[in-house]
Amino acid sequence: MAAAGGGRSGAPAAEWGGFEDNMQGGGSAVIDMENMDDTSGSSFEDMGEMHQRMKEEEEEEAEGEAGAGEEEEDGEFLGMKGLRGQLGRQVADQMWQVGKRQASRAFSLYANIDILRPYFDVEPVQVRARLLESMIPVKMINFPQKIAGELYGPLMLVFTLVAILLHGMKTSDTIIREGTLMGTAIGTCFGYWLGVSSFMYFLAYLCNAQITMVQMLSLLGYGLFGHCITLFVTYNIHFHSLFYIFWLVVGGLSTLRMVAVLVSRTVGHTQRLILCGTLAALHMLFLLYLHFAYHKVVEGILDTLEGPNVPPFQRVARDIPAVSNAVLNTTAKAIALTL
Amino acid sequence: MAAAEGSGAGGSLFPGLADVSISQDIPVEGEITVPVGSHSPDEDYSTLDEPVKDTIMRDLKAVGKKFVHVMYPRKSSALLRDWDLWGPLVLCVSLALMLQGGSADSKDDGGPQFAEVFVIIWFGAVVITLNSKLLGGTISFFQSLCVLGYCVMPLTVAMLVCRLVLLAGAGTVSFIIRLIVVGAMFAWSTLASTAFLADSQPPNRKALVVYPIFLFYFVISWMILTFTPQ
Repeated sequence: MAAAGGGRSGAPAAEWGGFEDNMQGGGSAVIDMENMDDTSGSSFEDMGEMHQRMKEEEEEEAEGEAGAGEEEEDGEFLGMKGLRGQLGRQVADQMWQVGKRQASRAFSLYANIDILRPYFDVEPVQVRARLLESMIPVKMINFPQKIAGELYGPLMLVFTLVAILLHGMKTSDTIIREGTLMGTAIGTCFGYWLGVSSFMYFLAYLCNAQITMVQMLSLLGYGLFGHCITLFVTYNIHFHSLFYIFWLVVGGLSTLRMVAVLVSRTVGHTQRLILCGTLAALHMLFLLYLHFAYHKVVEGILDTLEGPNVPPFQRVARDIPAVSNAVLNTTAKAIALTL
Repeated sequence: MAAAEGSGAGGSLFPGLADVSISQDIPVEGEITVPVGSHSPDEDYSTLDEPVKDTIMRDLKAVGKKFVHVMYPRKSSALLRDWDLWGPLVLCVSLALMLQGGSADSKDDGGPQFAEVFVIIWFGAVVITLNSKLLGGTISFFQSLCVLGYCVMPLTVAMLVCRLVLLAGAGTVSFIIRLIVVGAMFAWSTLASTAFLADSQPPNRKALVVYPIFLFYFVISWMILTFTPQ
């Protein structure tokens, strides 16, 4: 009896030990990016399913200590069916506690944060390298280019874009409607990043392109680096021609890079054309929109009202388009006169 | 009875070595006293019985001590050890109240609404906390919220100063004064929160954690700097 009891109490302990190992190994927070690159992230879904199944198993076992043993494929608990008495209750109680602990840990950790943890496993050097790479179009489009499925850089770039938009709104319009403009900025940037990524992922699915959702998010996020640079410069120096040059050069470079990477991962001319045309159009038009949506606010609002407490740097910003317009007009007139 | 209690206590302390020789139904019950921390029930009763003034003063002292820690950011762990969110709440509410410009005219809001400032501060703090946890930080969620909230204090002081300066007039001089004050307080906030938060990160990733904090305080400073009363 002692040996049998020892065997039985040893078996649940071994089962718990095995469960611990399973959780430790499967729940490792840092996953090698190499493995992640060409899958659709299904390893995470499997892990989530496995944990869910284990959690359900634990709860079932803990509740039906006597009768539920037959439902499990785990043969060790069949013996519990007939076991009445102190040992059974004690073991079941401990199993319940362990299971509850494991389940609550699994829920609080793995369901929430640690699923995202591998996407944030970067070094500052890598982030800097990727930022610079996002402006350099790749030449080799016959071989699928590697995209790092990382979310830290894109997330920070989206927040930076929000801050730059805010800065631009302040120097052009500001004191009025500041709060709603903040919400608009955040909504615009995040909406673009998430929405266009989802749309492009859907198109990529239709066109049989080899790209996962995280990779698409990452690619588009790093493509916003060009937008950040352009807007940062042109919100401070208000010349339309300068903006157009930046739009073509900087925006064009980052678009070319994204397009080249997508092309390298798609087969078929029509599919490549659809994907790349859509992405290029959306990306360039977004930059145009960001620039002009907040310039119109300048011209519209400042024509109608001007409070007595306008800070001086706003007056400077307002005068520059007028100055540049005046300069253009006079030069045009001068050229017309000389001709 | 004593034997049953003894075997019950033994079974709870050493689950793997449960007493397997019990073959009959002996219900196991009784108090299991754990030797460590046995004074805490007494402490609870004593803090329940103390006068309200003592409770409030103790909490106020704790909050005040944290403010001092923010003003002179040394690498101490007192801010992290006993976190509380009273300070951040008070700071956030006072900042939002001061930033409210307020007229009811639809074109002329004058500034962000109370709710906007509140949401931005707390949402920003939550995002930074999640980011630092995802990057491998050892700090807990509420500790990080506590630090970020307390480090808004220099910016609240800057807002106060800006309001006072704007009472005197809104010219170039006042703008330059406000710019200098807000800039200095922004740097102070960022340095203070970095001193507390960056220690909990792996050493080569400090820059990754500092950047969102920089952005967060930059946005708040920008809101303060461009505020004009109506």
